[in-house]
Amino acid sequence: MNLEGYSLLSILKEIERGSINAEDVNDFYYKKSLQLNDKINAYITLLKPDDKKINGNLKGIALAIKDNISTKGIKTTCASKMLESYVPPYDATAVSKLKEQGGRILGKTNMDEFAMGSSGENSAFGPTRNPLNNDYVTGGSSSGSAAAVAANMAPISLGSDTGGSVRAPASFTGIVGFKPSYGAVSRYGLIAYANSLEVIGILGKYTKDVKFLFKLIAGKDPLDSTSLNVELNEKEQFKPKILVIKSFVELSKDEVKKEFYRSISKIDEEGFEVKFIDSFSLTEYLLSAYYTIACAEASTNLSRYDGIRYGPKVESTGNWRDYITKARSFFGPEVKARIMMGTFILSAGYYETYYLRALQLRKLIRQEFEKIVRGYDALYIPTMPVLPWRIGEAIEDPKMAYASDVLTVLPNLTGSPALSLPVGRIREFFVGGQLIGLRGDDIKVLKIAEMMEEILKVKNDGRN
Amino acid sequence: MEEIKVGLEVHVQLVTLKTKLFCSCSSDYRGKPPNVNICPVCTGLPGSMPTLNKRAVEEALKVVFMLNAQPYATSYFFRKTYFYPDLPKNFQITQYDKAGGYPLAHDGSLKLTNGKVVRIERIHLEEDPGRIYYEGSRATAKYSLIDYNRSGIALIEIVTAPDMSSAEEARDFVERLTTILSDVGINVRDYEGALRVDVNVSYAGGERVEVKNVTGAASVEKAVVYEVFRQKTMHEKGIKVVRETRAWDEKRRITIGSRGKEFEEEYRYMPEPDLPPVIITEALMQKVKDEIGGSQEERYNEIVNDGINEELAKKISSDKQLYSVYEKVKFYEPTLKQLAANVLANEISYLMKRYSVKSLPDDVSGLVEILQNYRSIPDHDTAVDYLKKWVEGEKVKVSLQATSVNEIHDDVVKVVAENYDKIKNLEYTKKFEFLMGILIRKFGKENKKVLVEELTKVLSETR
Repeated sequence: MNLEGYSLLSILKEIERGSINAEDVNDFYYKKSLQLNDKINAYITLLKPDDKKINGNLKGIALAIKDNISTKGIKTTCASKMLESYVPPYDATAVSKLKEQGGRILGKTNMDEFAMGSSGENSAFGPTRNPLNNDYVTGGSSSGSAAAVAANMAPISLGSDTGGSVRAPASFTGIVGFKPSYGAVSRYGLIAYANSLEVIGILGKYTKDVKFLFKLIAGKDPLDSTSLNVELNEKEQFKPKILVIKSFVELSKDEVKKEFYRSISKIDEEGFEVKFIDSFSLTEYLLSAYYTIACAEASTNLSRYDGIRYGPKVESTGNWRDYITKARSFFGPEVKARIMMGTFILSAGYYETYYLRALQLRKLIRQEFEKIVRGYDALYIPTMPVLPWRIGEAIEDPKMAYASDVLTVLPNLTGSPALSLPVGRIREFFVGGQLIGLRGDDIKVLKIAEMMEEILKVKNDGRN
Repeated sequence: MEEIKVGLEVHVQLVTLKTKLFCSCSSDYRGKPPNVNICPVCTGLPGSMPTLNKRAVEEALKVVFMLNAQPYATSYFFRKTYFYPDLPKNFQITQYDKAGGYPLAHDGSLKLTNGKVVRIERIHLEEDPGRIYYEGSRATAKYSLIDYNRSGIALIEIVTAPDMSSAEEARDFVERLTTILSDVGINVRDYEGALRVDVNVSYAGGERVEVKNVTGAASVEKAVVYEVFRQKTMHEKGIKVVRETRAWDEKRRITIGSRGKEFEEEYRYMPEPDLPPVIITEALMQKVKDEIGGSQEERYNEIVNDGINEELAKKISSDKQLYSVYEKVKFYEPTLKQLAANVLANEISYLMKRYSVKSLPDDVSGLVEILQNYRSIPDHDTAVDYLKKWVEGEKVKVSLQATSVNEIHDDVVKVVAENYDKIKNLEYTKKFEFLMGILIRKFGKENKKVLVEELTKVLSETR
């Protein structure tokens, strides 16, 4: 059986009809993963699905889970030496919801260590390779979750998005990546990098699959006080009103820009109402606000890794301070750098200068965003202003690196739902377009993406 | 004697709670095998998140009201970061009054047995760390063993102003506080280690020294005695006392300086992003105030046991607010309980009805002032006026002229007697001027009229 190009929903339909069973489906993805993982490095842990029959919405299908989402009894490493052998005694709420609805775990996917990075190269277990061209990066930090879906190593996957970590790799691998509204999916069990910015997201080949899975894991969780119920009912068909901020598009490379504008004319032709404005006034502050908040939260979140209750075994000298210092040397260089920055930001005398200001900026950015986007169904900008680069090769133009983050951090600062979908092709790669809605408008954003998918017909079905 | 200043930070476990502050683990950890009441949250496992135990806020508010403190409508949790093996996340979730934060409550007070009022600066909620256990002694133990059963137990921290000026007062504060806590069911006496105090002592205007982790009122007294002795000795030898944190050695009854390098405390406070602000609504405050009283029958029995007649007891016990005020007045001035019962059952309940007053003030000090001077208030209408002021939440100061003509008479007699030798040979006007000078200094110009009358009377009697 070859399931390449199948959507999750069509697989479930086939199982319902009795033409295939879950065991065969799981076997297909498992074998494909065994065959490709040496090359792609999408999985840190791959599990052979058992053949026990399970009912429920997911009918026993096995999915890929990013390795910073806690899975009971299965190693959850955050792609770090620090948690190389850590086995959580509990499931994240999103995972237990999937299990309750008949889902299985196919494996835990590779990522940038502790979700810090946007190329998928910062993993203690080696970089994830882009299925579209193995010499290129997948984008990160949910690199393995994107690569697994793009390479038919999983039907769908969970990732996490703190500043673009679901959308960036989705864009680089030509699939759909959805970052829900802040709080729409419980974070309980998601190993924290920056609590006030991040959320669990979904990566799939088709928007309808992503929407289906989102509905299964969304909702308020008593274990996460910041979670909430967003509207899950779908509106009737509507004519989307889309806003484009030109200065954001202009940050992109010419070939990306060309493909992006081409997608706009197509949706325009099909009846979307598209309006352009010149710029977003707080653009220059987006990255500073984002990195200040993220690093500050990270530095306290990651202080718990001291090798005492779990983590690396360290030779003791009889002094606990030495012990903790030694244990904490197991972090990779990017993680250490962000802990250092966060520690500095929260130090006496700098808190007001940096952290409080960043919080105030976030508030202003939210207000500005809501003012601009209210009255429209979504903002539409490119996801990544560049195409994937070669593994190991730093981006040549540092301005491009800066811009590449600018386009994805905005919805994390505003708590908005955001989705990246393939909207154009360049050589073997894809150009990702990003839809950003007002917080709570998750279903609306997914709905617009479905309409665009149908119009644009740009699809990585894994058969390239 | 040189000035001694003592301020306390009292940590109280909310022992009435069945579960911990941020998870549903049992809070019953005493006598249990190590690490049985634990879960991902209270051991800080990766990915776990705290959720606030709402009962903890209610129990803490009981203490807030008993200490006449004011809750903030919105308060926040913060992360206080420091590395220590008994702290599983290496940060403690607590409340903070700087960096844009507000604690649970502020500006309370507690009156000592000697009548002095100790100001309470703030009261906040926080989590208890785990415990480190050494086989044998700390020096000889091969390992440090950590028990996380206590980790995440709900604490309130009560921070006083440096208003105590002796070891006895510090002890008295802790004892009075213990009684107040047991009035709302928090019987810290029954639980070892449920009340722990950080004692701040400064001598003769010198630097403040903090003695950490002193358990119980008696030890607090001993710690202050030792620390005053130590600082005084240094002072006399001309050695400067440095600002530092010291440990209390219960066995040797001394404080020990922390060994190793001194470095400035740097806790890198930041708001806890996983917890929403704590919102105190009017409804919640009313609910807690209602809970403070217990059942009507219990209230009735308690009042009757105080020797109050059944009719008054019935009236007071039927209204939780009247009862709560009665209890507070009794706590501050036990001798006033009979008078308080009369006034509450009659004048105050009349005033509440007449002016549709829904809630009585938390602070009873104004009422106590009225009751203490009750007999000196010239007539019933004036007394009711004073009571009305208190009921409506105004500041009450019973003015001396109206209060105590009798007292003034006694004092004038006393002043005349004390100065008899000096005045006996003076002529009447000189005598009168001299004595008036003393009396005005003592009672103030506003009482001049009464004083002239009384002095004239007294001098005519002694002639």
